[in-house]
Amino acid sequence: MKEETLSLLTELIQAPGLSGYESSIREIIAKEWETLTDDLQVSPIGSLHGLHEGTLPKPRPSILLATHMDAIGLMVTGIVNGFLRITAIGGIDHRVLPGQLVTVHGEKDLPGVIIQPPDHLLPEDFRKKPIPIKYLLVDTSLNPTQVEKMVHVGDLISFAQKPIGIGKDIIAGHSLDNRSSVVALTYCLSELQSRKHKWDVWAVATVQEEETLGGALTSAYQLHPKIAIAIDVTWAAGPDTPKHKTFPLGEGLTLGWGPNIHPGLYNEFKEIADRLEIPYKMEPMPRHSGTDATALQIAGQGVPTMVISIPLRYMHTPVEMVSLKDIKRAGRLLTEFIVNIDENFMDKIGFEK
Amino acid sequence: MPTNTIKETPNIKNAQIHLLERLTNTCAVSGDEGEVRNIVLKEVKPFADELSIDALGNVLLTHKGRGKKRLRVMIAAHMDEVGFMLTHDEGKGLFRFDTVGGIDIRQLVGKPVWVGKDKIPGVIGAKPIHLTTSEERKKVIPLDSLRIDIGPDSKHKNLVGERATFATEFVRLGLSIRAKALDDRLGVATLIELVKHAPDNIDLLAAFTVQEEVGLRGARVAAYSLAPDIAIALDSTPAMDIPSWDGEENTHYNTKLGSGPAIYVADRATLSDPRLIRLLVETAEQAKIPYQFRQPGGGGTDAGAIHRQRSGIPSVSVSIPGRYPHTAAGVAYIQDWRNTLTLLHKTLTRIHPDILSNPR
Repeated sequence: MKEETLSLLTELIQAPGLSGYESSIREIIAKEWETLTDDLQVSPIGSLHGLHEGTLPKPRPSILLATHMDAIGLMVTGIVNGFLRITAIGGIDHRVLPGQLVTVHGEKDLPGVIIQPPDHLLPEDFRKKPIPIKYLLVDTSLNPTQVEKMVHVGDLISFAQKPIGIGKDIIAGHSLDNRSSVVALTYCLSELQSRKHKWDVWAVATVQEEETLGGALTSAYQLHPKIAIAIDVTWAAGPDTPKHKTFPLGEGLTLGWGPNIHPGLYNEFKEIADRLEIPYKMEPMPRHSGTDATALQIAGQGVPTMVISIPLRYMHTPVEMVSLKDIKRAGRLLTEFIVNIDENFMDKIGFEK
Repeated sequence: MPTNTIKETPNIKNAQIHLLERLTNTCAVSGDEGEVRNIVLKEVKPFADELSIDALGNVLLTHKGRGKKRLRVMIAAHMDEVGFMLTHDEGKGLFRFDTVGGIDIRQLVGKPVWVGKDKIPGVIGAKPIHLTTSEERKKVIPLDSLRIDIGPDSKHKNLVGERATFATEFVRLGLSIRAKALDDRLGVATLIELVKHAPDNIDLLAAFTVQEEVGLRGARVAAYSLAPDIAIALDSTPAMDIPSWDGEENTHYNTKLGSGPAIYVADRATLSDPRLIRLLVETAEQAKIPYQFRQPGGGGTDAGAIHRQRSGIPSVSVSIPGRYPHTAAGVAYIQDWRNTLTLLHKTLTRIHPDILSNPR
């Protein structure tokens, strides 16, 4: 399983799929899910819906498992003397950008590098300081005429950092947020092939989480689940991070807790994790969760939601780090939860009347 | 013993590009040049009349010419590159580190690195944007907050003192190349070709130097040992030929890619010998090789140490222009490299023993 997890993850993080432009990554996931699901659909705005049918008589209740497949990146805003001006898609700290290798998705894919112009070519305020993204440039090493022909304003730019194996268990690279969770969900689907479960399971790879949460909101409306779970990454402790907001890398999952989380669901997941001895920590989310669950919760007439997170170090940089063990733990926890849901589950977790 | 030389005109073809690939993918932070030195030695050995490694690790090679009154011409290219040294083990795969050579701290964040001879993979990460404030993002992330991270389950021990470099693989992009350490592996690769094609009107003294990036230390002692009549420092100089933020003309570009070898008139460390500048310019004009003058100003090359050695050595620098030196990924044009090689080779063949009897 380790090799499969690794090779799928490596494939997924090298596929383009910035928020709003997820077709490349969706096609790869669809290929992976095709044999693991009974039905596969694409929502009007591009989210992938994979159904694994339950055993109860129809109409069956369903659970929605949401992992966003979109990635952060950049977009071309202008071309000057063959150099590209850029803006961010998703939340990017401009301080990580100088010197990054990128792929410019022009007429064809062009390798490029993000450059920080020398101080004397910048406004005086920014000398020796972090350079705002609007003053950074991308160099494709092509001459200005070729660039004008091949690149247009609005073209997308992905990070091009190749995946790096760090020790036995850690992968470093870009877009591990949230392709790691897509792999966890895929692992869950493959486990379900040999496990009976009563409810329908909708595996959903959502679009646009990094920008609008539009994917999760619309899929939850369309699929009308009784329960929705967002699987995402959370901040792993690392250099310079606050202890009270981070979790150890490779030492287990987090279970979200707060107004975005249905308390009954939290208790069920906690109980299963305890029983299976899957290490976890409660992640307090005092306001919103910063995940697809924010939208899942308020779709239609409202959905009980839960957030399961995989700790990830250096989030939203091209050298994010994640543990394969934690990815597998997330997949296992989801599987066990699903096979344990019965006809009366909603009554069990419901609020007292 | 007859001196070995390849007679054909030197050129940059696939073999040379492949050698540059090996040179740039190799790590040789100042003071730890061994891996590049091994490549150099293997390449130049068959062409050397004398070959030695000195006390600091410079490779010193003599290729003798024929006939009388040959000038001793030193060409220096530095083998070392900027990088990092691991300075403290914090446990769980996290290391404090320091920079070696001039590196802008703003270039470090979010980069993969190679640690030590085994190229142990690691990264320099950053706090997630979600945990920063907008005020914080207006400040440069200090070196104090950055770590080299080789992962919590790493089995590697005793890494303090190891060097590290940006982990960037060489790539050819059409007419360009992109790599780390083009400063000065471009010079090293060029000097290897010059050794292989050394003309016989001079004694060619090739110095593959160490520790240029931390104060021209190798070149200083190499010039003492070789005691040349004249010297050329062969380096890669920044091309800052990129647009200004407000559309104003960029008048401080240092050099431009595509404009050919950059001849130095003056930098912070050296006032080039005018006789050598004239020789280079005349050669370029005659052979119709494009060239440019590096904009006089700051910076320095091995010539800064060489020209003041012994009783003074007339010196000049010639550089291959390269964008973004001392960062994870530099960019250079193959054509500029080729023109630099051609210019230097032709210039060497035109060095007359009397050149130094002309007034400076």
